[in-house]
Amino acid sequence: MLTAVRMLVTLDPEVLEITWRTIQVSTTATLISVIVGIPIGTMLALRRFRGRGLWVSLINFGMGLPPVVVGLVTWLLLARYGPLGMLGLLYTPTAMVIAQSIIACPIVAGFSMAAIQSLNPKMLLQIRSMGTTRLQFLLLLLWEARLGILSAVIAGFGGVVSEVGASMMVGGNIRGYTRVLTTATVLEVSKGKMELATALSIILLTLTFAVVSLLSHLQQRRSGS
Amino acid sequence: MSITLTASRIRLTRSRKTIVDIDHLSISAGGVLALIGPNGAGKSTLLQILSLLLLPDSGTIEWNGEPVTEGNRLAAIRRMAIVFQDALLLNTTVKRNIEIPQRIRGIPKKDAEMRAEEWMNRLGIAHLARHPARKLSGGEAQRTSIARALALQPQLLFMDEPFSALDYPTRKSLLVRLGDILPASGITTMFVTHDFSEIPYLTNQVAVLFEGRIVQRGNIRDILGESAVSIHTWAPWERIGLP
Repeated sequence: MLTAVRMLVTLDPEVLEITWRTIQVSTTATLISVIVGIPIGTMLALRRFRGRGLWVSLINFGMGLPPVVVGLVTWLLLARYGPLGMLGLLYTPTAMVIAQSIIACPIVAGFSMAAIQSLNPKMLLQIRSMGTTRLQFLLLLLWEARLGILSAVIAGFGGVVSEVGASMMVGGNIRGYTRVLTTATVLEVSKGKMELATALSIILLTLTFAVVSLLSHLQQRRSGS
Repeated sequence: MSITLTASRIRLTRSRKTIVDIDHLSISAGGVLALIGPNGAGKSTLLQILSLLLLPDSGTIEWNGEPVTEGNRLAAIRRMAIVFQDALLLNTTVKRNIEIPQRIRGIPKKDAEMRAEEWMNRLGIAHLARHPARKLSGGEAQRTSIARALALQPQLLFMDEPFSALDYPTRKSLLVRLGDILPASGITTMFVTHDFSEIPYLTNQVAVLFEGRIVQRGNIRDILGESAVSIHTWAPWERIGLP
């Protein structure tokens, strides 16, 4: 604990750099999952089409995807001999963002779908009766479901900031380049430096708590209560 | 300004069951028509079709003789307003609930605010302007819903059993107030109910819907006789010879 406090107070450059990279990678992955996941969740909540059941099952399955499996699949895709090997992304922060986005997308999509489905079906009619264009309808719908949508964002961020398997596999835990708080913690444990590992964990917990608190505050402030 | 809505040969079936089967139905300009029928008669479905929220399997709907098409549907919807049985308010303040639909229809912010204030005053909810809609009582919520609809200055107003979830004093108070507002505003109105006692407050024109079909239409007293207001809701079905 004292080590963690000392590292933060003395602004240890390496710890700050790892923390900043963790924020960058996980926030970018969460944003991508919001951009991709919310429309998918919205479509699955509103539309009835052939194969919808399979999509819903896949999303629900994806919400519990083991990060290490996602890491393996992403590694196979990005490896030099893989289908996307020519991009040269393996062991870069971009690869970590890709893997984390794959983890977060189903979480955001699943929670968004549930949030919209939990609205009174007649509310959809009421919104349409206001004379909304398609875009106005969707924006008003998402705004009305904002408590659940923000829960989706919180769950998505929580899912990626805390994972280690995928980041380790596709990022490689390279010092000064792809090392994030979770992979750094694993490394310090493997070296037997438990005090430093504990310090990094406390920083990770503080960071997660700060982001989730911010989103929760936003969620509750906008609940109208 | 009021307009006339005409529906012709409207058919809707679900799972081989006829839900709505209307040969002809029109609403006179500025008039109030009560649509009454038992549960499952198809009242709410017909209202959704007429308000252009639900496409029938076949049939046409016209505004002042002009058919509603995919191209003019949105413009037509923007001349209507609906009050549902549940108030269905957005999760924001009372005032914002009244302003948002207006803003969606392109009404300038200042005008929307003025209209919201006017209708909150007229419906006795001005003191609740900044109140969260989710914390309103049933009567306050339905007043807000009615204010939201009337602030849109619709040419055609639909009300789908708007008072059925309210207690008697609240229901009566709202009926009396609407009985003053609707004739003065000249808004063409279709009012769905299953309670005959509500009708005389708003109109004397009634259409009776049964199993998706309009089986009678005319003056409430012609259909039900002089004691129409006092009889029990379900007695009319026996009088007009329905099962």
